[in-house]
Amino acid sequence: MLALLATSPSGLEKLWFALIGVLWLGYFFLEGFDFGVGVLMPFVSHDDVDRRVVVNTIGPVWDGNEVWLITAGGATFAAFPLWYATVFSGFYLALFVVLAALIFRGMAFELRHRRDDERWRQWWDRALFWGSALPALLWGVAFADFVHGVPITAGGAWTGTFFDLVKPYALLGGLATLSLFTLHGATYLGLKTEGAVRERARELARWLAPTTTVIVTAFLGWTYLSAHAWHRTGLVPPLLPILGVGVLAAVGWLVHDRLEGWAFIATAFVVLAFFTTLLLNLYPNVLVSSVRSAYDLSITQSASHPYTLTVMSWVALVFTPFVLVYQSWTYWIFKKRVSRPDQVDARSSEV
Amino acid sequence: MSALLGSISTLSLARWQFGVTTVFHFLFVPLTIGLGLLVAILQTASYRTGDESWERATRFFGKLFLVNFAIGVVTGIVQEFQFGMDWSRYSVFVGNIFGAPLAIEGLLAFFMESTFLGVWIFGRGRVSPRVHLLAIWLASVGTILSAAFIVAANAWMQHPVGYVIDPATHQAVMNNFWAVMTNSTFVLEYGHVLFAAFLTGSTFLLGVSAWHLRQGHDVAAFAKAARVAIVVVLVSAVGTIFLGDSQGKQMETQQPMKMAAAEALYDTTNGASFSLLTIGDLSGNPIFQIRVPHILSVLATNTWSGKVDGIHQLQAQATKKYGAGSYVPVIWVLYWTFRIMVGLGVLLLALGAIGLWLMRKRRLERSTSFLRFATWMILAPFLANSVGWIFTEIGRQPWVVYGLLKTSNAVSLIAPGYVATSLIGFTAIYTLLAVVEIGLMIRLAKVPSEPIALDDRVPELIY
Ligand code: HDD
Ligand code: HEM
Ligand code: HEM
Repeated sequence: MLALLATSPSGLEKLWFALIGVLWLGYFFLEGFDFGVGVLMPFVSHDDVDRRVVVNTIGPVWDGNEVWLITAGGATFAAFPLWYATVFSGFYLALFVVLAALIFRGMAFELRHRRDDERWRQWWDRALFWGSALPALLWGVAFADFVHGVPITAGGAWTGTFFDLVKPYALLGGLATLSLFTLHGATYLGLKTEGAVRERARELARWLAPTTTVIVTAFLGWTYLSAHAWHRTGLVPPLLPILGVGVLAAVGWLVHDRLEGWAFIATAFVVLAFFTTLLLNLYPNVLVSSVRSAYDLSITQSASHPYTLTVMSWVALVFTPFVLVYQSWTYWIFKKRVSRPDQVDARSSEV
Repeated sequence: MSALLGSISTLSLARWQFGVTTVFHFLFVPLTIGLGLLVAILQTASYRTGDESWERATRFFGKLFLVNFAIGVVTGIVQEFQFGMDWSRYSVFVGNIFGAPLAIEGLLAFFMESTFLGVWIFGRGRVSPRVHLLAIWLASVGTILSAAFIVAANAWMQHPVGYVIDPATHQAVMNNFWAVMTNSTFVLEYGHVLFAAFLTGSTFLLGVSAWHLRQGHDVAAFAKAARVAIVVVLVSAVGTIFLGDSQGKQMETQQPMKMAAAEALYDTTNGASFSLLTIGDLSGNPIFQIRVPHILSVLATNTWSGKVDGIHQLQAQATKKYGAGSYVPVIWVLYWTFRIMVGLGVLLLALGAIGLWLMRKRRLERSTSFLRFATWMILAPFLANSVGWIFTEIGRQPWVVYGLLKTSNAVSLIAPGYVATSLIGFTAIYTLLAVVEIGLMIRLAKVPSEPIALDDRVPELIY
C-alpha cells in the first residue's frame, strides 16, 4: 500500500492514461464494427453484389477508424515509453500476427474490386475475413493479459515466452472481444443495409446476442474473481460491468423488435463498458506482473517527463476537436443505407 | 535451426528487419505523396475548365494513386509498431522525444489523409464537386504533413537537439519542442524528401503518359498530363538537388564521418578532389579512379581549398571522445549509394529540361525516343529514394541516435528466433504484396483511360 502511495500518478500522468484509454476505446468502438462486418461478410452475403454492398458499408471509413489504433500506439510511445517498449517487444509474435492480418485486410478493401476475376475476389474476401477475425480475437487476448499479468520482472524485463500469453483466461478474453465485435458488426449492418442482407444480419444478431452475453459474462466474472486485490477500481462496486452485461442481454430483444438504432447504440455501449472496466482495473498500473506484484509496471514508472506530456496535452487539446468534427462529418455524408444496384436508378450513386 | 540462429544475433536480424520493412514502405510513400499532389492539380484543372480530358486524366491517375496508397498504409502500420518490437531499449531511451512527433503525426496527418481520401473515393456524386475537390487537396496536405513529423523524428536521430539526458533514468528528455521541430537537419531533410517525393510522382505521371502517347491512346488527356508532369519534374529536380547539396554541407559539420566515408577520403585534405569513379578496393589504394580536383572541398565547405576531414583522423577523434570502438560505417555502401543518388538526380534534371524544351518546340507527342526514355525513367526516383535512405541510415552507424545511443544498445533483449520469424514473415508477405501490387499497377497503367459515362456513377462503387 505504501509503495502504491509513493508511486501515485501525477495529474498529467492520470490525464494521459485516460487519453490513451479514450484512444483505445475510440478504436474498439469504431474498428469493432469494421471487424464485425469483415467476419460476417461471408455469412450475410449470397452473391457478389451482396459482398460488395457489405464491404461498402465500411469502405469510406475503415482507414480513418484504423488511425485510432495508430494514434493510440504513437501516444503510448510518447507518453509511456516503457509501456510501449515492454508490451510490443513482449507480445512480439501476437503483434506480428495482428500486423500481418491488418496488412491483408487493408489490401483487401482496396484491391478486391480491381480485377474482374472470381478467384481474385475470393482470395481477397478470405483475407478480409481472417484479417478481421484474428485481430478481433487477439486484441482481447492482449487486454486480458494486461490485467491478468504477464511474466515481467523489474523495469518491465520480459521473462516469459509466447505461451504465457495464451492462457485460458486470456483466450476467453479473446473470445469475448471476437463475439462482441461480431455482434457490434451485425447491429451496424442492420443499420446500414437494406433488404435481404439486412434480414440476414438481423437473424445472425438474434443468435449472436445470447451467445455473446454468456461469454462476456463469464469473462468479466472471472476478471472479478481473480482480481489481484479486492479494492481494484472498476470491479468493486462492479457497476459498469453489470450495466454492460445487462445492456448486452437486452440486445437480442432490441434486434427482435427491429429497434436497429437502439441495438447499435447498445452494442457500442457494451464495447465501451467492457474496455473501460478493464482499463479501470488496470489503474494505477499499465501492465501487471504475474511474477510478483512489486514488479507491476506502474503509470508513473513508465511515464514520460512532464514537459513532453504538457506539449502533447496542448497538441491534443487544439487538434482533437477538428478530428472529431470531420470524422463525424464523414459518417453524416455516408449516412444512407447501402443497397443493391438493381434497387436504385442509375442516376443515383447508391450502389 | 536453433544452432543456426545461435550464430545470428538479434541485432543483425533486427537491422535487416528494419531495413527491409522501411525501404519497402518508402518505395510506395513518395509515390503517394507526389501523385496525391498531382491528382489534386489535375482535378483542379478539370474543375476550372470543365474540360473532359482533364477529368479523364484525373480519374485514370486517381485509380493508380489509390492502389498505391493502400500499400503505403498497410506497410506504415508495421513501421509504427516495430520500434517497440525490435528496438525496445531505443524506444525507452527516446520515447520522450521521438514519440511526440509520431503521436502528433497520427492526430494531425493520418486522420486527415485517411478521412478525406474516404470522402474523395466514395463522395463523387454525393458531395458537391467543390467539396470533392477540397477532399483531394486535404488528403494531399495530409500526406505532406505526415512526412514532416516522421522526418522530424528521423532528423532528431541524425542530429539530436532540444533535449537533456536524465541522470536517473538515462533517458533523453525533451526540454524544447520548438528546437526539435526547427532542427536545421530537419528543415533540409524534409525539403529534400518532399521534393524527392514530388519528383517521384511527376516522373511516374510523365512516364505513364509517355507510354500512352506512344500508343496513341487518348492523346488529348495524356498530353495534358505530361505537360503538367514535366513542369513538376523540372522544379522538383532542381529543389531536390539544391537541398541535397545543402545537406552535404551541413553534414560536413554535423556528421563529418558520413561525408568522409561517402568520399572514401582517408586523410584530412585541403582542397580535396571529388571522386567520380573508383575501381578496386575502397581502402585507400584504388586501381583506377577519376577525380575532379577541388570539387569535394567546394561541395562540403563552399571554398576552393577548404579542409575536409579524413576517416583516420575522425576515427581517432571519436575514440578519444566516446571510447574504444570503430566509428567507421561501411564505406563501399556509402560511396556507391551516394553516387547512384546524385547520378540519378542529374539524369532526372535532364529529363525535365529536355521535356520542357520539346514542349516549347511543340514536338513532345512525336518525340518517340524521349517518350521511351521518360517511361524508363519511372524507375529512377524509386532507386534514388531507396539508396538515399540507405546512405543516410548506414552512414550514421554505429549510432542509432548520433553521439548518444549505439545501435547495438538499442535493440530489444529478445531471442533471435522471434525476430527471425517476423523477418521471414514480413519479407514473405512483402514479396507477395510487391508482386501483386506491381502487377496490378502495370495492368491498370496500361488500360486506356475510360470515356466518362453520361450517367456518371461512382466508379469505385461498381465492382
Ligand atoms: C517522407 C515520408 C514518410 C516517411 C519517411 C515514413 N512515412 Fe509512413 N507514411 C507516409 C509518409 C512517410 C505517408 C505518405 O503519409 C503514408 C503512405 C500512405 C499513407 O496513407 O500515408 C504513410 C503511412 C504510414 C502509416 C499508416 C497511416 C494510415 O493508416 O493512414 C503509418 C502508421 C506510418 N506511415 C508510420 C511510419 C513510421 C513509423 C515511419 C518511420 C520509420 C514512416 N512511416 C516513414
Ligand atoms: C523516417 C524514418 C526512417 C527511415 C525512412 C529509415 C530508413 C532506413 C533505411 C533505408 C535503412 C537502411 C536499410 C538497410 O540497412 O538495409 C535503415 C536502417 C536502419 N535504421 Fe532507419 N529509418 C528511419 C528511422 C529509423 C528509426 C526511427 C530507427 C530507430 C530504431 C532506425 C534505425 C535503423 C537501424 C537500426 C537500421 C539498420 C542499420 C544497418 O543495417 O546498418 N531508423 N533505416
Ligand atoms: C544531385 C542530387 C542529390 C544530392 C546532392 C543529394 C544529397 C543528399 C544527401 C547529402 C543526403 C544525406 C543527408 C544526411 O544523411 O544527412 C541525401 C539523402 C537522401 N536523398 Fe538525396 N541527393 C540528391 C538527389 C536525390 C534524388 C534524385 C532523390 C530521390 C528522388 C534523393 C532522395 C534522398 C532520400 C530519400 C534521402 C534520405 C533522407 C534524407 O536524409 O534526406 N536524393 N541526399
